Amino acid sequence: MTELSNAVDIANAVRHGSVSAVAVLDEYLARIDARESSIHAFNLVTREQARAMAAKVDADVKAGRDPGPLAGVPIALKDNMCTRGVPTTCSSRILEGWKPPYDATVVTRLAEAGAVFVGKTNLDEFAMGSSTENSAFGVTYNPHDTTRVSGGSSGGSAAAVAAGFAAASLGSDTGGSIRQPAALCGVVGVKPTYGTVSRYGLVAFASSLDQIGPFTVDVRDAAVLLEAMSGHDPLDSTSIPQPALSVQGSLDRDVKGLRVGRITDLPGGSDPEVEARLAESFDALAAAGATVVNVELPSMKYGLTAYYLIAPAEASSNLARYDGVRYGLRVDAADTNAMYMATRAAGFGDEVKRRIMLGTYALSAGYYDAYYGKALKVRRLISDDFARAYQKADVILTPTSPIVAFPVGAKVDDPLSMYLCDVFTIPTNLAGHPAMSVPFGTGAHGLPVGVQVLAPTLGESVMFQVAAHLERVAPGGAK
Amino acid sequence: MSDVFMIDGYELVVGLEVHVELATVTKLFSASANRFGDDPNTHIDPVTLGLPGALPVLNRQAVELAMRIGLALNCSVQACTFHRKNYFYPDMPKAYQISQYDVPLNIDGWLELPGGKRIGIERAHLEEDTGKSTHVGGTGGRIHGSDYSLIDFNRAGVPLVEIVGRPDIATPDEAKQYVTELRQILVAIGASDAKMEEGSMRCDANVSVRRPGAPLGTRCEIKNVNSVRSLGRAIEYEARRQIALIEGGEKVRQETRHWDENDGRTHTLRTKEDADDYRYFLEPDLVPLAPEASWIDAVRAALPMLPRERRARLSSATGAPSDGEAVMVVVERGQDDYVLAVAAAGADVSRALVHVKEAYAEQGATPAIPAADLARMIVLETSGKLTSTQAKTVLAEIVASGGGDAEKIAAAKGFEAMDTGALEAMVDDVIAAQADAWAKYCAGEEKAMGALVGAIMKASKGKADGKAVTALLQSKRG
Repeated sequence: MTELSNAVDIANAVRHGSVSAVAVLDEYLARIDARESSIHAFNLVTREQARAMAAKVDADVKAGRDPGPLAGVPIALKDNMCTRGVPTTCSSRILEGWKPPYDATVVTRLAEAGAVFVGKTNLDEFAMGSSTENSAFGVTYNPHDTTRVSGGSSGGSAAAVAAGFAAASLGSDTGGSIRQPAALCGVVGVKPTYGTVSRYGLVAFASSLDQIGPFTVDVRDAAVLLEAMSGHDPLDSTSIPQPALSVQGSLDRDVKGLRVGRITDLPGGSDPEVEARLAESFDALAAAGATVVNVELPSMKYGLTAYYLIAPAEASSNLARYDGVRYGLRVDAADTNAMYMATRAAGFGDEVKRRIMLGTYALSAGYYDAYYGKALKVRRLISDDFARAYQKADVILTPTSPIVAFPVGAKVDDPLSMYLCDVFTIPTNLAGHPAMSVPFGTGAHGLPVGVQVLAPTLGESVMFQVAAHLERVAPGGAK
Repeated sequence: MSDVFMIDGYELVVGLEVHVELATVTKLFSASANRFGDDPNTHIDPVTLGLPGALPVLNRQAVELAMRIGLALNCSVQACTFHRKNYFYPDMPKAYQISQYDVPLNIDGWLELPGGKRIGIERAHLEEDTGKSTHVGGTGGRIHGSDYSLIDFNRAGVPLVEIVGRPDIATPDEAKQYVTELRQILVAIGASDAKMEEGSMRCDANVSVRRPGAPLGTRCEIKNVNSVRSLGRAIEYEARRQIALIEGGEKVRQETRHWDENDGRTHTLRTKEDADDYRYFLEPDLVPLAPEASWIDAVRAALPMLPRERRARLSSATGAPSDGEAVMVVVERGQDDYVLAVAAAGADVSRALVHVKEAYAEQGATPAIPAADLARMIVLETSGKLTSTQAKTVLAEIVASGGGDAEKIAAAKGFEAMDTGALEAMVDDVIAAQADAWAKYCAGEEKAMGALVGAIMKASKGKADGKAVTALLQSKRG
């Protein structure tokens, strides 16, 4: 049983009847029981629902029906994706008690592919953060070192896969919230092209940047999940009108002749070990016949600033609906206005309040041009820079995170230093491009390091091609 | 144009903003029904309620109806975008309204008043309606001080088009004409039922006053005007209020004012200082809307005849003025096709216009008798076989029974044309019998004619034509 550690193997075994989905689930639930108390990956473990889903998969197999490409695969969902009748909290008190009356499109699609949902994972409140320390329900610890953070905001989903609580999980990535925790937890994390995976049912943080993607133990699993969940959704107007991505075919393709971009003006400040792993990844690709080319992204250094205007601006609008009237937390007070204020004061954490205020300010009359308007121009410049770079390169490599997993509490009082964790991941979101993090050796304290593969819009095939190669040649493996 | 309208030496400058609910099957961004008058909160869904994770999907029928409005108002239809208008109110579940901001669907058109004056249209854009709040307890149905509020989200997300007129309106009457004409256009093109009483058409008026030739004055926006009649009253009241302020040495303050139907006044709702900062930004959940040229052309080609064209057609057929009462009321009631059908069945078109106007348009009724039946009656009338009094009697009977043969009805009533000779003999008999009255009449006492006519009508058993009798009496008096 335990040798079935990846989604593809599990699904194959279940489809062929060599193992039951219920048996697979029991194995994963046993691991959760053994270790969840020291990790806290989940806000909620949905045991009964998982058993029912696994039983249905087994019944399908028994009846000769194919349950789908994810048959019996235990999958964890970030707790900002709507699940019908199952609490969806965004790790915020403001949504206390809310059970969505509908499923997110990704949830429906994975269920149709035979997945078994084991639970809802912890996150930074409303996906705002880089360490999952901003959760109203407590920190998610890094399975590689439980004194350290799991990254964020999808820290629970990353930790769930790293700890073997789920064979795969879903996260959402607004500025790096899949890739950075994937790097810190030593798993694969993919942010697909904006519009390839439906956002319907994803509780919005910053709508023009949010994108759902998978965490997996290997690159092939990520390809399978992405194929199962991508493709046009009429319920999401920003969904690209094209069929599901097809990336598995590129996994075994030779990288010979590919042009791999190295950013010459990459912002500095990374751990030396992280820089060393990046250099080794270029060497490995060059050794396999790829050409390393220099590209410039001069506007990249403004990305963080632009992001911290655009994302809070959208968030200030997206989060204005939480008022205690129709769902979630309500703190009673003398009159309606006092109720609104008391509810929000109690319901939102500090980081969420900080961003609501920042975003409201950036959009206000008299400040719009200087802040939000300028940020939109930077966003355009970054896209233009990428367009030029991708004339010379097929993919670009950077570190995913400048540092390895840091100790819990190390950055909680220094938001700017926390924001810098996303310096390499944010530009992709601003451009709407795909990017993924692949584990590539270790850094300080033997902790995992991730290399980030960036590709142009809908360049998932070449991105997976390079990621699969890096995975094959990665040094040693994480601790 | 007629004389310049002035109040105490001031000109009025009025611009109207009209919101209309589109007659779509479903809401602007979701599949819930767009239906008025059902039980509260029965047409709702995650999108309507702004539940976390729900996303808007633009309704193609709403876009098509909005384009119809733009094209009927001579606007250019353009590629456009949607913005979020952020403000917090209990009946707006997302805390923002999806609207159009700097690049609306329709721009730069005009509406022609029946008299020919054109009122500019700045834009006509798509947006979603809010829910409906009912504040219980407290005073005046306001949220402040109420005991509790009830919210019905059936209206939330209903598609609206906001039609922003240029400040080209100079009189309360022009404002009323504008709204009346706009309403007729909206109904004609099937875009909206445009009922001000039900709120499917809502009108805000921006009013300012100035001395002729002076720069524009400070304007106030008047809300809560719920009928065409109130619109005229509210504008006139507001203009007089502003003039009184200016004459009293005070300044007009830019503000939003609430029209109170009961006291016939406007009251401060909010001043410019406490206006919301809407923090508009591009709606990231939608993509730009760029209707293809072929779609725009198809919508244009399918537009029905507009009221202005209908009035011109009826006017040229009848010779009646296109902004005269008969043509206006018949076209407004949508009975012009019927008038023309009666004419096509052989009747005199002018008589057809008069009868349709009197029997139907003015009664608020819809013609329910076959055009041929009315035509036959008119032929009898114009050929002199029925007097106009008899014609009305016959028509009333045809109308009452939903149709009928005018000749048979006339015969049954014993209506038959009296020849002139018979009538003249009857007149002579009455003159002889009532010598006193005749002498008074000849002496210039017009009142005396009544007795003579009455006697003649009695003698003819009502068959005589009153006009012919009068004419005979006059000619005999010499």
